[in-house]
Amino acid sequence: MDTLLRMTFLSFLRLIALTGLMSGSATVLWAETRLVVGYLQVEQPLPPTLSNLDPVPVDNGLAGASTGLKDNQTTGKFLGQSYELLIAQVMIGDDALEAAREMLAVTPYLVVDASADDLRAIADLPEAAEALVFNTSVGDLSLRDDECRANMLHTITSDMMRTDALAQLLVKKRWDDLVMITGSHPADKSYAEAMRRSLNKFGLALQGEKEWLFDADMRRNAAQEVPLFTQDFGDYDALILADEVHDFGRYVLYNTWQARPVVGSEGLRALGWSAVIEQWGAAQLQSRFEEQSGRKMNAQDYAAWAAVRTLGEAVTRTNADDVNTLRSYILSDEFELAGFKGRPLTYRPWNGQLRQPVALAHPRALVAQAPLEGFLHQTNELDSLGLDRPESNCEVFE
Amino acid sequence: MIRFATATSIAATLVTSVAYADEIWVTNEKDDTISVISTETLEVIKTYDTGERPRGIIFSKDYSRVYICASDSNAVQVMDPETGKILNELPSGDDPEQFVLHPNDRHLYIANEDDAITTVVDTESRKVIAQIDVGVEPEGMAVSPDGKIAITTSETTNMAHWIDTETQELFANTLVDSRPRHAEFVKDGAEMWVSSEIGGTITVFDSASQSEQAKIEFEVQGVHPDRVQPVGFEFTAGDTHAFVALGPSNHVAVVNAETYEVEDYILVGRRVWHMAFNADRSLLFTTNGVSGDVTVIDVASRKALKSIKVGRFPWGAAFRPTNS
Repeated sequence: MDTLLRMTFLSFLRLIALTGLMSGSATVLWAETRLVVGYLQVEQPLPPTLSNLDPVPVDNGLAGASTGLKDNQTTGKFLGQSYELLIAQVMIGDDALEAAREMLAVTPYLVVDASADDLRAIADLPEAAEALVFNTSVGDLSLRDDECRANMLHTITSDMMRTDALAQLLVKKRWDDLVMITGSHPADKSYAEAMRRSLNKFGLALQGEKEWLFDADMRRNAAQEVPLFTQDFGDYDALILADEVHDFGRYVLYNTWQARPVVGSEGLRALGWSAVIEQWGAAQLQSRFEEQSGRKMNAQDYAAWAAVRTLGEAVTRTNADDVNTLRSYILSDEFELAGFKGRPLTYRPWNGQLRQPVALAHPRALVAQAPLEGFLHQTNELDSLGLDRPESNCEVFE
Repeated sequence: MIRFATATSIAATLVTSVAYADEIWVTNEKDDTISVISTETLEVIKTYDTGERPRGIIFSKDYSRVYICASDSNAVQVMDPETGKILNELPSGDDPEQFVLHPNDRHLYIANEDDAITTVVDTESRKVIAQIDVGVEPEGMAVSPDGKIAITTSETTNMAHWIDTETQELFANTLVDSRPRHAEFVKDGAEMWVSSEIGGTITVFDSASQSEQAKIEFEVQGVHPDRVQPVGFEFTAGDTHAFVALGPSNHVAVVNAETYEVEDYILVGRRVWHMAFNADRSLLFTTNGVSGDVTVIDVASRKALKSIKVGRFPWGAAFRPTNS
């Protein structure tokens, strides 16, 4: 299959030379461990949007995996551990499961960018029974709930982690009179559903809701349509947009009837990662990523980076490369990933979700980072974001 | 007559106190300045401009020059501490963050955070004499008192790299907990300590065998363990106790260096980073990044005495005697 190609970095060649140079003198030199990580990207049809200002990068996610690989390789060269990334891109219409099977024949470690349906199907392959699949693209709650899989971990934030983060900010700011506009794409509806659930969780409620049904080209007449469309909301504190495909949302800002902040899919957003994060050493990860890929790091890049680094960290600490050892280490209390978010990242042992702070940011700066101060939790404040142990119906983990 | 004499004696006293007050130099990461604090008056007495994003700061042995890591200018600046004038810049490699001066008073070992490299620069010839490949995001730097070993810690690789200063090659790499930030040799070089910011620990190594000898953990009441993040640390006279900055927990820990037990926690400013002692080590000055100030701690009573407002995001601190 010609979509399956092997990625070799220049630094990999340099690495071999360096390992050879050092081998005589290093006191900590363990037996050679070699870890191959598969990166599987299943192309998904993108819905049309009003604007083409922000095309999805072709290496979306993959660039993050590459940076993670380089980080692993640099660490590995001091320990006699080496890493490779095997990449497969499946075009629309091609067989994602066939590509997954081919990859699983080479390695049990898959980092996947695909739809929720494809992710489930890959995890359910008989060949994947002894594999570890990382979800780096889907925020869908069911994958962390009834539809979870014991061989699937999630480094991408769930929708609910993001809407919980936003709800915490709304509570903190006392913006409790809220309205929402929802798009018609399934992703918009799923986000709106998570938002309602989060508002409820933090004691908030929507005072008004509308669905975006316009089919006119908003680049020309947003200024005329949006004020009228938002006028009958009356007064409110903040407008929530559920426009996860980024179709109409950008035309709502500064065009609303009331002069009120816009949050959600546009304006102030809750994100697993953002190019404006610079604290907690993040500036180094940002510049490393930008140097390697020529663009800014986004949340999906970060999720792929975190997946590859999770494997690297587990190999470094256990000096093993088998699935059982790595999986149980990753889910144990021993594991922690330094993820440039100010606190150690760990996995929820009840559904395999990576616990992580969520950025609340606009395109120019970080506004806050959830969990916000004051939102307490009996075991870990990070579990105030997303499905907590008693809320999750996932039973295959524990 | 009497009034005249009084005025003279006051003037004389003032001159004396200015001339003999030692100084703490603090780099302000997001102001591109250095604040100079008098150890007598505990006030900022001078502010000097530096290159972009100053972080690490070290004086030469005779205190005639001060070296400053100007991270975003990609240079180590050499300043005349008498005048605040930049004398020259040393090649440092990209993004120098921390460094250490070899006991030979000549060689600077510099961590190049963006490049996974440690650069060795000769301050006399102003030439790079070696570049050593280390782990991702090198940061903490130390050199043994006998000058034979240099240490670089790498934040993402989570290791202490042991460099033979004769060959400028690595001879050992030891794993520590997540995000190692700072390293120091203590007890005449017998031990080497490394703080791990995200791991929340200090690892104590036996220098001779490079093996782990102890691990120090911290627990601040009312602060979630995730936010207790050890970064910079310094030792009291005789290396009996370590004062350890605990980052966003806003505390400094006092560790007994014999038993490795934490004896005290002292509340300081927000996100405490690094620190420096005065001449007799009776006062400790900590840089508090987020609150933009320096806390002065009385070492004997282990109490914070005063906060001194400095520039934005104070980072490094170094002591300069002026009465020698």
